[in-house]
Amino acid sequence: MFTQAHGYPGKLIIVEGMDGSGKSTQIRLLYSWLESQAYPVFFTEWNSSQLVKSTTKAGKKGKTLTPTTFSLLHMTDFADRLNYQILPPLKAGMIVLADRYVYTAFARDVARGVHPGWVRKAYDFAIKPDLAFYFRVPTEVGVERILSGRPKLKYYEAGMDLGLATDLEESFKIFQGMISKEYDKMIKEYELIKIDGTRDIEAQQAQMREIVGKALENFKTKRRNYARRNKVFWRRFTLPEDE
Amino acid sequence: MPGGIKFFGEGLPYQKTSDCKGRLIVVEGTDGVGRSTQVELLEQWLKVSGHGVVTTGWTRSKLMRKAIDYAKSGNMLDRMTFSLLYATDLADRLENQILPALRSGFIVLADRYTYTAWARDSFRDPVMKWIKDLYGFAPVPDLVLYLRIDVDNLVPRVIETGGMDYWESGMDLHLADNLYDSFKKYQRKVIEVYDQLAEEYSFEVFDARKTVEEIQNDLKACLAKVL
Repeated sequence: MFTQAHGYPGKLIIVEGMDGSGKSTQIRLLYSWLESQAYPVFFTEWNSSQLVKSTTKAGKKGKTLTPTTFSLLHMTDFADRLNYQILPPLKAGMIVLADRYVYTAFARDVARGVHPGWVRKAYDFAIKPDLAFYFRVPTEVGVERILSGRPKLKYYEAGMDLGLATDLEESFKIFQGMISKEYDKMIKEYELIKIDGTRDIEAQQAQMREIVGKALENFKTKRRNYARRNKVFWRRFTLPEDE
Repeated sequence: MPGGIKFFGEGLPYQKTSDCKGRLIVVEGTDGVGRSTQVELLEQWLKVSGHGVVTTGWTRSKLMRKAIDYAKSGNMLDRMTFSLLYATDLADRLENQILPALRSGFIVLADRYTYTAWARDSFRDPVMKWIKDLYGFAPVPDLVLYLRIDVDNLVPRVIETGGMDYWESGMDLHLADNLYDSFKKYQRKVIEVYDQLAEEYSFEVFDARKTVEEIQNDLKACLAKVL
């Protein structure tokens, strides 16, 4: 249940913010720091499970995704990752870092037109994070960062499916503005910790580490050195593929 | 849908649905009860009678079929993720097939609908409310034709027509250690929920122990009244 504390021995820390807010940079820095402190850490990212990857890709390519199927596909991806990437490490007493969480859906899908009440109820199976950081930047700043660093915007990324503008960049700006508004509404609703994403990277990271450090005061689990391998919590039973 | 579409919940706020003049007619019933045969026959009959008909079926969306097959073939998926795959399938068919057909005045015959998802999953308590909320985007159909059967009559039918499979037996729920017993236990629960839903949502109930022709005649008689 999304409204209650999860009660597992691990900690769930998530970052949110619009595209170009710097949240991914910050959570990766946090990851390095926690690892260096010998905490057992696991990292998971929005829209990354194998299950629906090819479906999402095909839907985006064929432009057949609607606001509702877009939302449901991301929800499916999230459910799959919750079960295999978020809950097991939390139960095992690890720190789980998530780049984007359900708030991304609450902001983006609602900006796309789905009902805010529906998407919130549908995500009720999610668990409440221990710390949720929201990196806030003015829309122009985020948009500028993305546009200067990326060769071409994609159709759905720019919100072209909404028919806001005929030009990709123009549509992207309007869409990001709408998303930003939705995020702002959630700060109070979900007690998001607001970080000013226009400050220096170092200053933001220092602020983040102070808050996380406090939250981990009584957290004793330390990592031991096993074989250096990727962390996995489940293995699929498969036959070896023929060459 | 005379008077526009009603939804189970919040609906699709970004879609205009007031102009949907067609009818959404659902055929429900548990696995192996003979739904698809009846739907095919109804489609033929309606077409002969001069109606525009579009048939749609559970997991038949272009977008989701592959992902659902992939998920079923694996051994790593939980029921909640499955529920979401099915919901996505319906949403895709709804917006790309069902609503356009209703707008153009077609009769849409749906082989299974949200009730299938509710019957399969909602006897697990905490999930009941969630899964109903999840389908808040779906229109309430004009008519639900429910083919009712009991487990003892269902078993020989299923064995004759394709056999029990892992998911239709609810093997993932660990109700029994073998397919046969699990099938019976699982289907009994599913039918129980169907019966509850039949009351709650005023299904038209049909005795599926009868012959194909008898059932078809009952269905036609009911449809003729509504149309």
